[in-house]
Amino acid sequence: MNFEWPWQYNFPPFFTLQPNVDTRQKQLAAWCSLVLSYCRHRRIYTLDVMEAQESPMFNHKKIERKLSVEAIQIVFEELRKKGNLEWIDKSKTRCLIMWRQPEEWGKLIYQWVSRNGMINSVFTLYELSNGEDTENEEFHGLEECMLLRSLQALQVESKAEIITMDEGKGVKFF
Amino acid sequence: MDRFVWSNGLLEMNETLVIQQRGVRLYDGEEKAKLDAGVVLLSTHRLIWRDIKNHECCIAVPLSQIVFFEEQAAGIGKSAKIVVHLHPALPNKDPGPYQHSKFSYIKLSFKEHGQIEAIVCDGTEFSPVLCLQFYRRLTEEMTQRRWENTPASQPIPTATGSQTGRTRAVGIVGIERKLEEKRKETDKNISEAFEDLSKLMEKTIRFKSYLLSMGIANPVTRETHGSGTHYHMQLAKQLADMLLAPLQERGGMMALTEVYCLMNRARGMELLSPEDLVNACKMFESLKLPLRLRVFDSGVMVVQLQSHNEEEMIASALDNVSEKGSLTSEEFAKLLGLSVLLAKERLLLAEKMGHLCRDDSVEGLRFYPNLF
Repeated sequence: MNFEWPWQYNFPPFFTLQPNVDTRQKQLAAWCSLVLSYCRHRRIYTLDVMEAQESPMFNHKKIERKLSVEAIQIVFEELRKKGNLEWIDKSKTRCLIMWRQPEEWGKLIYQWVSRNGMINSVFTLYELSNGEDTENEEFHGLEECMLLRSLQALQVESKAEIITMDEGKGVKFF
Repeated sequence: MDRFVWSNGLLEMNETLVIQQRGVRLYDGEEKAKLDAGVVLLSTHRLIWRDIKNHECCIAVPLSQIVFFEEQAAGIGKSAKIVVHLHPALPNKDPGPYQHSKFSYIKLSFKEHGQIEAIVCDGTEFSPVLCLQFYRRLTEEMTQRRWENTPASQPIPTATGSQTGRTRAVGIVGIERKLEEKRKETDKNISEAFEDLSKLMEKTIRFKSYLLSMGIANPVTRETHGSGTHYHMQLAKQLADMLLAPLQERGGMMALTEVYCLMNRARGMELLSPEDLVNACKMFESLKLPLRLRVFDSGVMVVQLQSHNEEEMIASALDNVSEKGSLTSEEFAKLLGLSVLLAKERLLLAEKMGHLCRDDSVEGLRFYPNLF
């Protein structure tokens, strides 16, 4: 299914960081919304800043406009403030894009576990994200970072416990 | 003034009169002395002043007491003066008109009108500048120091400075030798003293002409801030007259630099300085002239018609941009017949007010209606 770009995407000033404060606020809000919906559509869970520059999200080849690195950083900072982004490394080159919050993911996973009567079972992370049984689930294909964050959220609620096993990590649900 | 002594005003033996001048007033330092109308006489030995009304009031000071002297130029309501700096009074000095003085200099003030009374010496021509004439004579006497060669019969107190290196000798040869030594030494002293003075004069003159060349008048007399002078008021009125038509042609607004060029080109002579222009423009409002000086955020200054309505301008700018989809400053300037600088300022203002937004790319800066 083709992604539906917002009208701003075809408006050249959208790619210039606006000096007028009020205008800028609206511009940034539109950018945040675009990033989240694009990533949701394409199931993108993490972003690399340098790679993002060339992604169609920030680089609109048709009108020959692209968002500068500074502006991308500013957009990311906005997303972080809103709670939709978390930096994976200290040097801020890679981040988690949370178009769905970890808590929400956790809830979906737990619901599935519970529906299938698998409380008290142990799963590997791979089983959850890539197993046959989860193919029809929303969380199928969830990237490991995001999956871990979601399970951590459940852990906080005492609904799960992350275990370290030989081949990697696993989780037990309660 | 405490260096002067009472005198009978009679010249001594070997003392000759060099020049005298009427209408001279004395100053003790900066303060006017009561001796305000008199004749000053320069002799080979002394400076004598006699009251014009009371001839018995006569005072004198030996030329040897003079350290150096300088001219003080005349001004409006002020006569030309000679400032004479003196050695401290000697303890055994004869009584004079002043017991003490806190100043170490006096002034001779030459009133504006007068005649040169008598010139005795080598037939120098008359000069309308009385002060200058006296000054020149004094310079000569101070250079020649004739009082040293021919001491007057009455003992005259001399400064202690110049009596070093006297050799003892007898006879004519001795006297001649002494005179020669004396002459050389005083020559040296005088040149050294005047050297400093002439260097200072040089610097002052150069500095003054440098200022004038920049269009800044004498900084001592000109007001530079705020209230403005009569000159600026006149200038403001003149500007208002001259700028009305050009302003209307240019859409009601002109950059101050344009005004500056226009005015100076028109004037030809007596060019305006940038400073004067700004100060005059600042007075438009208080003088109720139909012009205003305006400063944009960027620092650009413009003169605009008072009737100029900025909201209207901005609204029409938005219309122009919307009509064309988008505009650069150059395109906008061309459209309105404005200078590019002013066109840009207007677009920036519209952006500031949220009517426009910008597209900054390698293609340049372009303004769009703010659709955000």
